[in-house]
Amino acid sequence: MRAPAWLTLALAVLWALVPGLFTGHDPLSGVPADKLLPPSAEHWFGTDAVGRDLFARVVHGAAQSLSGAAVAVAVGLVLGTLLGLAAGTAGGLLDGLVMRLMDVLLAVPGLLLALTVIVLLGPGTVNAAVAVGVGSVAAFARLTRAEVVRVRGSDYVEAAYGSGGTVTAVLRRHVLPNSLGPVIALAALQTGVAVLALSTLGFLGYGAEPPTPEWGLLIAEGRDYLATSWWLTTLPGVVVVAVVLAAGRLSKELR
Amino acid sequence: MTAHLLRRTGQALLVLWAAFTAAYLLLQAMPGDAVLIKFQNPELGLSPERIAEIRSYYDGGGYLHTLLGFLQGDFGYSVETGTPVLDRLAEGLPATAELAGAAFALAVPLAVLIAFASCHSTRLRGLLLAVPSLMVSVPVFLLGILLVQLFSFRLGLVPVIGGSRAQQLVLPVLTLAVPVSAPIAQVLARALDHALAQPYVPVVAAKGASRSRILWRHAARNALPPALTVAGLTFGELVAGSVVTETVFGRNGVGRLTEQAVDSQDTPVLLAVVVLAAAVFVLVNLLVDVLFPILDPRLA
Repeated sequence: MRAPAWLTLALAVLWALVPGLFTGHDPLSGVPADKLLPPSAEHWFGTDAVGRDLFARVVHGAAQSLSGAAVAVAVGLVLGTLLGLAAGTAGGLLDGLVMRLMDVLLAVPGLLLALTVIVLLGPGTVNAAVAVGVGSVAAFARLTRAEVVRVRGSDYVEAAYGSGGTVTAVLRRHVLPNSLGPVIALAALQTGVAVLALSTLGFLGYGAEPPTPEWGLLIAEGRDYLATSWWLTTLPGVVVVAVVLAAGRLSKELR
Repeated sequence: MTAHLLRRTGQALLVLWAAFTAAYLLLQAMPGDAVLIKFQNPELGLSPERIAEIRSYYDGGGYLHTLLGFLQGDFGYSVETGTPVLDRLAEGLPATAELAGAAFALAVPLAVLIAFASCHSTRLRGLLLAVPSLMVSVPVFLLGILLVQLFSFRLGLVPVIGGSRAQQLVLPVLTLAVPVSAPIAQVLARALDHALAQPYVPVVAAKGASRSRILWRHAARNALPPALTVAGLTFGELVAGSVVTETVFGRNGVGRLTEQAVDSQDTPVLLAVVVLAAAVFVLVNLLVDVLFPILDPRLA
């Protein structure tokens, strides 16, 4: 199971970076005469209602979906880690305050939180990514805090303080590196979760604007042709599921 | 025990109050005039009396006013229709409760089945344990679409339009049950594994207990508390899933209302939905906490 997960993610990243290597078709303009063709050697994933090559749209959509996921994870990772680090290091009142705030974030379902942020910021690729990222702050903060509290009590941290280390130096040299392992595994997991959440927001119409190829939007566009053209929803769907599964598998290995 | 209960209840109320405050600051903290201008839009077709009524509500304005309103079940007025938010919620709630309730009722036995089957059969174990991972990796909207494609268009088993109430419910319930079931199955399987590794298992086996008796009588009881915790936490998934499922299947419920509220920037509706979702989430998890010592006397 190890190799397929890595290969899937590597392929998706390559699609995002150099889509031209994988498809010669234009993702934005199609040949109207070739509309709604089933998958074939010429069009691997078939074509959509205006004759665009679906495989090309999925490949070019990787950049949208993956960069969105990267932004979302970055927002969650940076904010969450900083909050968790502060809470775990300071303890006392600040710790209680930050953690109760995280309880509040956790009490609101992720999608509702994302939708609230979208009402504030407006729809769009970047805003949707930030909205999804805000939803993952609490998970990162809780984990980081737990790790910091665990590491803080260990002998080598005591020793570092004892030998004259300042708080920032000990944090940077000892606490942070030793707390980071599980946090990175969580980041891998959250990448998959973010791809999932972003495709949902894209499907609901709060992500990229058509005709931009975005995975959730592609599936939404295929909905009108369910009865006749199964490939329009199924094949982009398979790609999303494969990437999310691979990210989950990767996270398990890193743990 | 009572002290613990009181402290947990206090904590729950505090979280709820903070959730309300945060949501209010984000969504409602616009000047009263901006809200009122929206209501004066002639397209809404509100009578002057209704506008005066809404004006008197928002003129009183401010945080405390809204908080007191929420405590009394008065959630303000929908910007989209000019009707009280409470009325709109009440309209959608039965459909959503039906969907979410049925989905949860299906998700739990499904999770139990997967978890116990994975402990029974060593041959299928790997495969069975991969099922929940797959279930959480499929976007809910995609699952709904694929189910419609398969059962309505390919097999013709469920009519797309019309059909009986039960027929209309079956695919949405199936769609929503899958993401709710998966985390419960994962945790239950892990907890069962842990329980089966305990020293009392060889003891009861030596006394002649069969594999299924060990599993159902002994391991299950010890695996229940963690599964219950996760079941409480999946409530968020149930709410988020309802938004998506109702949108995919065109069901008029609170989820659909939420989606429309985001589309039309109907912040009073969204505020009420967020606070309501947080309230139920906090309540459900408080209940789980209270149930814990009853299930496991060691925790009492």
